[in-house]
Amino acid sequence: MRASDLLHPRPEGLYCPAGDFYIDPVRPVARALITHGHSDHARPGHANVLATRETLDIMGLRLGPGFAGATQAVPLGETVTIGDATVTFHPAGHVLGSAQIAVERGGVRIVASGDYKRQPDSTCAAFEPVACDVFITEATFGLPVFRHPPAGDEIAGLLRSVEQFPERAHVVGAYALGKAQRVIRLIRDAGYDRPIYLHGALEKISAYYESVGVDLGPLEPATVDRSAKGDFAGAIVVGPPSAFADRWARRFPDPISCFASGWMRIRQRARQGGVELPLIISDHSDWDELTGTIKETGAGEVWVTHGREEALVRWCQLEGIAARPLNLVGYEDEGD
Amino acid sequence: MNRFAELLDRLVLTPSRNGKLTLLRDYFRDTPDPDRGLALATITGDLSIAAVKPAMLRALVTERMDPILFGYSYDYVGDLAETISLVWPEPADAPRANAVPTLGDVVARLQAASRSDGPTVVAGLLDRLDVPARFAVIKLVTGGLRIGVSSRLAKQALADLGKVDVAEIEELWHGLEPPYAALFAWLEGRAPKPEKGARALFRPVMLSNPVGDGDLDRLDPAAYAAEWKWDGIRVQVSAEGGLRRLYSRTGDDISGAFPDLVEAMDFDGVVDGELLVGRPPEWTGTFSDLQQRLNRKTVAAKMRAKYPVFVRCYDLLQAADEDLRGLGFGARRLRLERFVETLDPERFDLSPMVAFDDWADLDRLRKAPPHPVVEGVMIKERRSPYLAGRPKGPWFKWKRDPYTVDAVLMYAQRGHGKRSSYYSDYTFGVWSGPEATPELVPVGKAYFGFTDEELRQIDKFVRDNTIERFGPVRSVRADRQNGLVLEVAFEGLNRSQRHRSGVAMRFPRISRLRWDKPPAEADRIETLQALLD
Ligand SMILES: [Zn+2]
Ligand SMILES: [Zn+2]
Repeated sequence: MRASDLLHPRPEGLYCPAGDFYIDPVRPVARALITHGHSDHARPGHANVLATRETLDIMGLRLGPGFAGATQAVPLGETVTIGDATVTFHPAGHVLGSAQIAVERGGVRIVASGDYKRQPDSTCAAFEPVACDVFITEATFGLPVFRHPPAGDEIAGLLRSVEQFPERAHVVGAYALGKAQRVIRLIRDAGYDRPIYLHGALEKISAYYESVGVDLGPLEPATVDRSAKGDFAGAIVVGPPSAFADRWARRFPDPISCFASGWMRIRQRARQGGVELPLIISDHSDWDELTGTIKETGAGEVWVTHGREEALVRWCQLEGIAARPLNLVGYEDEGD
Repeated sequence: MNRFAELLDRLVLTPSRNGKLTLLRDYFRDTPDPDRGLALATITGDLSIAAVKPAMLRALVTERMDPILFGYSYDYVGDLAETISLVWPEPADAPRANAVPTLGDVVARLQAASRSDGPTVVAGLLDRLDVPARFAVIKLVTGGLRIGVSSRLAKQALADLGKVDVAEIEELWHGLEPPYAALFAWLEGRAPKPEKGARALFRPVMLSNPVGDGDLDRLDPAAYAAEWKWDGIRVQVSAEGGLRRLYSRTGDDISGAFPDLVEAMDFDGVVDGELLVGRPPEWTGTFSDLQQRLNRKTVAAKMRAKYPVFVRCYDLLQAADEDLRGLGFGARRLRLERFVETLDPERFDLSPMVAFDDWADLDRLRKAPPHPVVEGVMIKERRSPYLAGRPKGPWFKWKRDPYTVDAVLMYAQRGHGKRSSYYSDYTFGVWSGPEATPELVPVGKAYFGFTDEELRQIDKFVRDNTIERFGPVRSVRADRQNGLVLEVAFEGLNRSQRHRSGVAMRFPRISRLRWDKPPAEADRIETLQALLD
């Protein structure tokens, strides 16, 4: 059978006629398979949702208990038959619970990888390359300019700055699901054991991470109502990037605004955002990870979704791999 | 090399002066010789290495990767040095882990490189460095290290490190050479203060404040002297032990452009004065005459004959071995009068004093000066010593025309019709906010007042310094160190709700391009606000 008969884009999302399901649909559908809990991939209102246990829990926390008609937790590595197709979830290394979804029928295997990364991340299961005929890859950082340094080096720079400016607060912008917990975990791995102060928007998900065994060390709410500004001198405060647009960050003493994101690789991005200490830490693959992974899967064909498709398609052409952009809409990349 | 690269990256993104000082001071404290001294030299512009053309770097990278992928990358990033630093393919056998080159290694290799093997040497270095360090190397070899740090700020950080006065460092500065090991040894208390080895050094200049509302009412006119403020460029003429140097007021050595003047500097002393075109006393040329002589590397004999330069002397800082800066202005002036008598009268004359009875009298004189090249009066306290910087109180400038302002070019827009291929409509701003971290606020727009040649110069400046484009408009680099200062003349000022600055100018026009003036010294919004009342 042809690959495009097994999976193809529809306005609702990527559709599999053999199993009558969608992967990460952007509109409510009868059956949805969800790769991970970021809001552009995991939306409310589907009748049936299949995902990993962690992704279902995270959707419940973020969207409320009635986010789907019915749910089914699929363990990683276990094959499930849906209609005439079989599907298997494999770890994607993106955030807690994130999975690639392998769809198979008639000897054709397509892997929809969702969002993924290859850098080590002790807050979620590591990406597992799956041999396939067609590999569907994201391209958030699909340009040769994006090369993420080891996250530990970035954290070392943050801690050097904390030492250098003991009278100022370091306010780190990090996305609520995945990035924030990974950044905190990395800070702990670097030996920092003082309390880290959390914006309220990060509390629920962080508590969930801890409940499944990710130790984040002492966390305290970043509320200043009761305490003086001086109490945050020398502190590390973590909040969602959206909080930086309002007055939230200004409540801390002479804050150094830090932002943990793959976009921080580009100086102009940091400058425009008023970021004083960029931390190039991403939960998406950089260029080398994208191209390395494509080779590793052995796929003869690559479909490129959300991000900068043209460069990755060009690279595939140079490597003799058939490639085309898969024009899916609605993925805004919450995670980076 | 990595710490140096990290320092550069942090300096660029750190807005506050204090933050920059901390970063610099800690770097100088924690980095061994000679790296810290070389880093210092890159900031102060005292490091010379063979330049590599951007086109050459581009060729190096497209030999190593698909030009189409490079094109996508460059389009996205917009800055060539940054793009190359990011996409540079790391060789499979990169010997990175065991030996990251130090800044000293990098500089030594670059300095040893000839013009022809420069690109190969650069490629070899890029192979061995990571992204931030590659960016730093590319900026070094293309001469585009713009990090928002003036040499003055770097010297302040050194002063902080050694807990000494920055004026002490500035005075020593021209006698020192990279990597400044003796300087650091002194700052760290390991060695005595370096001898002022070289002669004809730059002395930090004393600057004035504009007369503000009510400033003069509190002052006794008898305690002050006045002289005309001439419309040239402020210079320091320094001749000691046979060495002759002409400095701009920021300490740049501009001797090379004025051999005719240097020839006449056959004295031992340091004079503060105004560089002008003309033949004193009968002819004093305009600022545009003087512009014919500025920013030139060499000067043809014809140019020297048509636009001869001379210095109108304001002050005497040093006579032979005697430092006069501790004396009051009145005492220095007497010494100056005697000193100038001994100089070549074609190249040096004395700035005449302006006698006045009271401030109202001086105000009248200021508005009707005897010569068109006078732009106002300088008011100087008779007893004040010569102090480095811009102390509040002893010196004031009181300009002739209240309606000119030194503003900084912020945006440029393409013109219409004949001018449609030029960026000819300019939005300019003045400083506002805290002194330490001022920001430019736009105060007006002008599209005439300049010559065709000046239009071409501004257009080139705009193209070379574009930061962002929005349709036909470009925003240009404009910070305290980098940017173009425009003297803007206008007919009056209104209050305006529509403008963020709260003021609107009537008939603004560009009266002069101030290539010589550092943007940090452009006017502040308070100067305009004072005109409203
Ligand atoms: Zn995504
Ligand atoms: Zn995601």
